[in-house]
Amino acid sequence: MAPEPSTPDVLPGRGAADRQTVPEQRAEAGGDPADAELVARLRAGDEAAFADIVDAWSPMLLRVARTFVSTDASAQEIVQETWLAVVKGLDRFEGRSSLRTWVFRILTNLGKTRGVREARSVPLSSLSPDDDGPTVDPSRFRGADDQWADNWTPAGAPQPWEPSPENSLLAAEIREQVAKALEGLPDRQRAVVSLRDVHGLSSAEVCDALDISPANQRVLLHRGRAQLRAVLEDYYRGRRVQGHE
Amino acid sequence: MSDHATPGMTITCSEIVEVVTDYLEGEVDEAVRVEVEAHLALCPGCDAYLAQMRATLQVLGHVPVESLSEVARDDLLAAFHTFRPPAAGSP
Repeated sequence: MAPEPSTPDVLPGRGAADRQTVPEQRAEAGGDPADAELVARLRAGDEAAFADIVDAWSPMLLRVARTFVSTDASAQEIVQETWLAVVKGLDRFEGRSSLRTWVFRILTNLGKTRGVREARSVPLSSLSPDDDGPTVDPSRFRGADDQWADNWTPAGAPQPWEPSPENSLLAAEIREQVAKALEGLPDRQRAVVSLRDVHGLSSAEVCDALDISPANQRVLLHRGRAQLRAVLEDYYRGRRVQGHE
Repeated sequence: MSDHATPGMTITCSEIVEVVTDYLEGEVDEAVRVEVEAHLALCPGCDAYLAQMRATLQVLGHVPVESLSEVARDDLLAAFHTFRPPAAGSP
């Protein structure tokens, strides 16, 4: 049984906000009238408003939670604890960040604690060997002695995808392939690509939620996207790729 | 020799594929952006690569996502009701 979250510990305090490590440039930063209205409705006990944000934000919260723990069940518990802390701590939300960012910070605090307890600490803040090296097979480019060194060889050049994946009759199957490939990415790449490209978070929100630098966020995004493009390319070339070991 | 001065030719295809994310993120210098775009206009391979990347992002926008279990969701709504009873005058 999970202990009741100790609300004062997990709520982002004034100190955290004052550190100025989070650029306050995101579109939905504090002071957004829609956000203020949402908070007012929540404080007034509007259950429909609460259900709306639980439904809208839980998938991305689960994604972030999964970076701290090794099972989906644990991630579900962290997200549940997060929402409970939100319900109890709503009066302490000061509107200095967007409500969503505030909720993410509570999740991160709970996730870190939980991750330590489960002895799973994925250092999201640093890069690994997975994050280095070319993203496209070097043999697809001309050699150094070629007049057009480092440009595509005739066989290596990408060909247009016709029809485009989303216009294809196979769109559903293609989504399935990509979803499978996404699950196969290294943890940090999977988290960044999911949050940015599946859930639509801004780069600033992802950096904040995962506690990574903008430069690392871009590297992880770049490598993850490149891998997924390659999977789709193989698909278009008729080599139905299976999961690799 | 003059190739090096031709717009789009100072960057190679192998460099384009590594700068593509920064380019899409709007995180490249103006000079690099101009060079990338000149290259794309000249190079069908890189143009296709960028289109493939955009198509990949479009697919990602449609993959199914995991959500909270029904039981957990119901528990949370009940907890909300307990901790945040509807304000007086609300239905």
